Amino acid sequence: MIEVRDLVKWYGTRQALAGISFQVPKGQVVGFLGPNGAGKTTTMKILTGFLAPDGGTATVGGVDMTADPLPGLRRIGYLPAGNPQYAELRVVETLRFSAELHGLRGAARDAAVDRAIDLVGLADRRMQTTGTLSTGYRQRVGLARALLHEPEVLILDEPTSGLDPNQQQDMRTLIRSLGRERTVILSTHILPEVEAICDRAIIIHEGALVADGTLAEIRGERSRGVTATLRGTVAAAEAALRTLPDVTAVEVTPAADAPGWVRARVVGPTDRDACERVAATAVAAGLGLAALAPDTTSLEDIFAELTRSAEQEVARA
Amino acid sequence: MRETLAVFRREVRSLFFGPIPYLVIALFGGIACWYVIQKQLFFVLRQANLDPLFNFLPLLCAFFVPAIAMRMWSEEIRGETLEPLLTSPLRTRHAVLGKFLAGLLVVALCLLSTFSLVVTTASLGDLDAGAVTGGYLGALLMGAAYLSVGLWLSSKTRNQVVAFLLGLVICFFWTMIDGLGASAPSGSLGALLSDLSISGRFRSIAQGVVDLRDVAFFVSVTAFFLYLNVESIENRRNA
Repeated sequence: MIEVRDLVKWYGTRQALAGISFQVPKGQVVGFLGPNGAGKTTTMKILTGFLAPDGGTATVGGVDMTADPLPGLRRIGYLPAGNPQYAELRVVETLRFSAELHGLRGAARDAAVDRAIDLVGLADRRMQTTGTLSTGYRQRVGLARALLHEPEVLILDEPTSGLDPNQQQDMRTLIRSLGRERTVILSTHILPEVEAICDRAIIIHEGALVADGTLAEIRGERSRGVTATLRGTVAAAEAALRTLPDVTAVEVTPAADAPGWVRARVVGPTDRDACERVAATAVAAGLGLAALAPDTTSLEDIFAELTRSAEQEVARA
Repeated sequence: MRETLAVFRREVRSLFFGPIPYLVIALFGGIACWYVIQKQLFFVLRQANLDPLFNFLPLLCAFFVPAIAMRMWSEEIRGETLEPLLTSPLRTRHAVLGKFLAGLLVVALCLLSTFSLVVTTASLGDLDAGAVTGGYLGALLMGAAYLSVGLWLSSKTRNQVVAFLLGLVICFFWTMIDGLGASAPSGSLGALLSDLSISGRFRSIAQGVVDLRDVAFFVSVTAFFLYLNVESIENRRNA
């Protein structure tokens, strides 16, 4: 549904995008992660045809958004960063205007506006001017705008920014339900949000893609090894586990709470079969196996690792 | 066309939300009336013609029309509402046209505010209806040309004041090159400047002779600047 290939964008002498590529299939909810200035907003502006890239292609539903974005825009609902609105218009006027730009007229327009207002819970603010709305309500107006024409694709730039925790929760629930039949790409720097809403995460840093996959995959790639609880001696466990392929280190310590048991950490193997091989080896060596788990790394750790490495290298040098 | 109408309505709604159009219309009418009345008193009170008004209109429009146009794009750029607008499925030319028509409505209301002068003058004697009709038609065409200049400048900057001042300078000089033409030594240069001058073209329509060449002049100037406006907005994508 969304295809981005080798996207490059320069702002003067600063490179905002250094050739990023990804695809989003129909129906997926993708979290677009990265620190501020990573290129999230730029990518979204290019995907909606608001900015032209300096290189690469961006297509939505088969429409080249870098050439003539208009047919694509009919299928996209877009919430721009900062959610700019005409402060002097009432909520209902704002939405009517957007509906009209989408070619809706008369009863169809009013029905679309009413549906969007109900969907985001703005019924009691219909007649208020958007300039006097609180951030949470303004954000709902922006989302209602994006939903008016029932688009197949939603592009939401920081949909929960500026919201209080309850509002964030409401917004996440709403996006989650919208994502059931739509393709959604949303940017955020709030990691639990990605955990809560997204099927997949794309992490970008300094205009380049640093990780792309389901959250389980990203965790798996980053996990450092396997931890096992075994019955036996430290020496026996170490000897057996060192025979495993691809192992860079084996740390065995006696289990503090259970005499006769040891806790073994096998560092190195990262593939899915690692647990199975550790289990087979342990059992073959006559070590009783009580628990086995791949290391889980929190998304925060991964994010920090992926997006701070460059700065740390500079600091170290 | 539907999108143009939507933009037009939105623009009118936003324009009349603030005090600027009311102020502009009232000042425009007020200054025009004051100028004409004091001129009429100075010269011949009984002469029933509106020449003082139509001689004054080019200058008045050169000042007021850029004020009407200044905010139309600048405000969208400054408030970033340009992004939701341009990521809606509409052609840039429709957005430009919608804004232009909204501005033209205010220009027309400004001209309408001087209509009391027509009524007053008509009561004094026999007023040449053809000249008055031509004068207002010419004024509207002239206003459209100035408006397209102002709108284009507004699309170039997020600062309304910059758009206004540049518009004022361009419209003012464009009105004045007629006088330069008159004082030019070479006749052909003078004729050229007079041909290009907005006030020269306006005067010939305001005399009651609606020459298609004069109409075509205003229409092409307007179309040219509206085209520049479309280009200027579309080029923002490459920012």
